[in-house]
Amino acid sequence: MKELQIQYKKILADYLKNQTERNLYIGQNFIRQLIQKKVTPEEVISIHKHAVEQIYPDITSEILNSFDFLIEIMVHFGLTVQEHQSLLVQQEELRIEMNVATKIQSMLLKTAIPKVNELDIGMVSIPIRKMNGDYVHFLNDEQHYVSVAVTDVVGKGVPAALCMSMVKYGLDTLEYANNNPSYVLEVLNRIIEKSVDDSMFVSMFYGTYDIKGNIFTYGSAGHEPAIYYNSRDQKFYDLESRGLLLGVMSEVKYRQYKIHLEENDFILMITDGVTDFRKQGDLDPRNVIKELALNYINLSAQEMCERMYAYLKDLTDFNLEDDFTVVIFKK
Amino acid sequence: MNVNVQFREDGNVMRGYIEGEIDTFTAPVLRDELEAVQIVEGRRVELDLSKVNYIDSTGLGIFVAFYKKVTRENVQLRLVGLSSRLVRLFEITGLSELMSIETDAEVELKQ
Repeated sequence: MKELQIQYKKILADYLKNQTERNLYIGQNFIRQLIQKKVTPEEVISIHKHAVEQIYPDITSEILNSFDFLIEIMVHFGLTVQEHQSLLVQQEELRIEMNVATKIQSMLLKTAIPKVNELDIGMVSIPIRKMNGDYVHFLNDEQHYVSVAVTDVVGKGVPAALCMSMVKYGLDTLEYANNNPSYVLEVLNRIIEKSVDDSMFVSMFYGTYDIKGNIFTYGSAGHEPAIYYNSRDQKFYDLESRGLLLGVMSEVKYRQYKIHLEENDFILMITDGVTDFRKQGDLDPRNVIKELALNYINLSAQEMCERMYAYLKDLTDFNLEDDFTVVIFKK
Repeated sequence: MNVNVQFREDGNVMRGYIEGEIDTFTAPVLRDELEAVQIVEGRRVELDLSKVNYIDSTGLGIFVAFYKKVTRENVQLRLVGLSSRLVRLFEITGLSELMSIETDAEVELKQ
C-alpha cells in the first residue's frame, strides 16, 4: 500500500503541475492496476487524501474532513462493487457447469440412425439453445423392427433436459419388451406423470416399422401429427391420433394405427418447432412442409431432412424459435 | 409481446379475459395471474381466449397446470372463444378431450 501511495502522489503532483492528456492517461492506467489489486473505491479516496495532504501541507481541516466524509459514504459503493465481482465469478462457474451439462446431455442422448437395407431413414435435430428440448430415439431389433420415438419436452433448459433423460431411460427399459406404440406410450405416461410438476409434459410420436411385413404401426401422445405420403395415390395423409400429452393424467389409453408402406411411400415425423410459424398469415406450415417434401422426393431421406431445414431456416415467416426436428422413414 | 389478464365475477362464474401472446416469456405472468384466482367450490371458472392469437408449448403448460389445480378443488374450467388455430392445438395435444373448450363461433351462436 505504501508503494502505491508514493506512486499515486507522484502521478497526482505531475498532473496538478501540468494538466496534459498524457498525465491523465498515466493516472487512468494506474487505476487499472488498483482494480486488479482489488483496492476498494474508498481506499482510493483515502490514498488521494494523503497525497493531497502531502502536496499541500497547509490544506484546511474542512477540506480534509470532506474527504473523510467521502470515504465513509463510499464504503457502500465498494461493497456493491465487491458483490458485482463475486457475481461475475459465480456466473463464470455456472457457465462452465452448463457446458459440462450440455456435453453430458448430448452424450446421453446421442442417437445413431439405424442402417436398414429395406428402409431409408433420415434425421435432422437442431436445438435453438444449448440444450435440445427435442429428442429422437431409435430402436433396431435385429432387422425385424425399426422403431422411432420423436419427443418434445415442454419447457427449455435444465428442467427439460432432466425430463428428457427420464424419457430416454424409460425407452431403453422398454427396448426388449413388447414395443407396441400404445403400450410404450402408456408406460411412459405413467412414469412421467409421477415425476413431473403440473405444468410440465412431453409430447411423443412413436412408430414401429415391421421390416418383413412393411407395416408401420404408430401412436401419438399430443404430438404434431406425422405426415404420410402415399405414392400410388400421390397424396399426403395426416396421421392424426389425438392421444393426450404424456404426464398430464395418470391412467391414459393410447390408440395405435397401422399403415402398409409401398415402394416410394414415406413418413415424415416432425416436432412443433417445424410447423410453428408465429406469423403464419394465409400460409399453412404443414402445406409448406408437404410441398418441400415433394420437391425433394428423389433425394435420400437424410438429404430430404437437410434440405428442408436449410429451406425453412431462410424463410422469413418461419422465425425459428423452437428446437427443430424432422425424421423421415422412406420405403 | 405481452399478456394481459382481467377477472370479473359474474354470479357463479369467474370469468377471465386473456389478451395477447402466451409464450415462454409471457407465460410466467399468466401463471401468476391464474394462481391468484380464488377458487371456490361450486363456482365455475371460464377463460376467454378470443383475444389470444398465439400459445406455445410453455403457454399450454400453464393451462394444464391450472386445469389440474381447479379439478382438484372440484371446480369446472371452461375455455371459450378459441380461434381455429388454438382449437387445433388443443385437439392435437389431446387436451380438448380433457378440458371443455368452445370456439368463437359456438359462443356467437349462443348469443
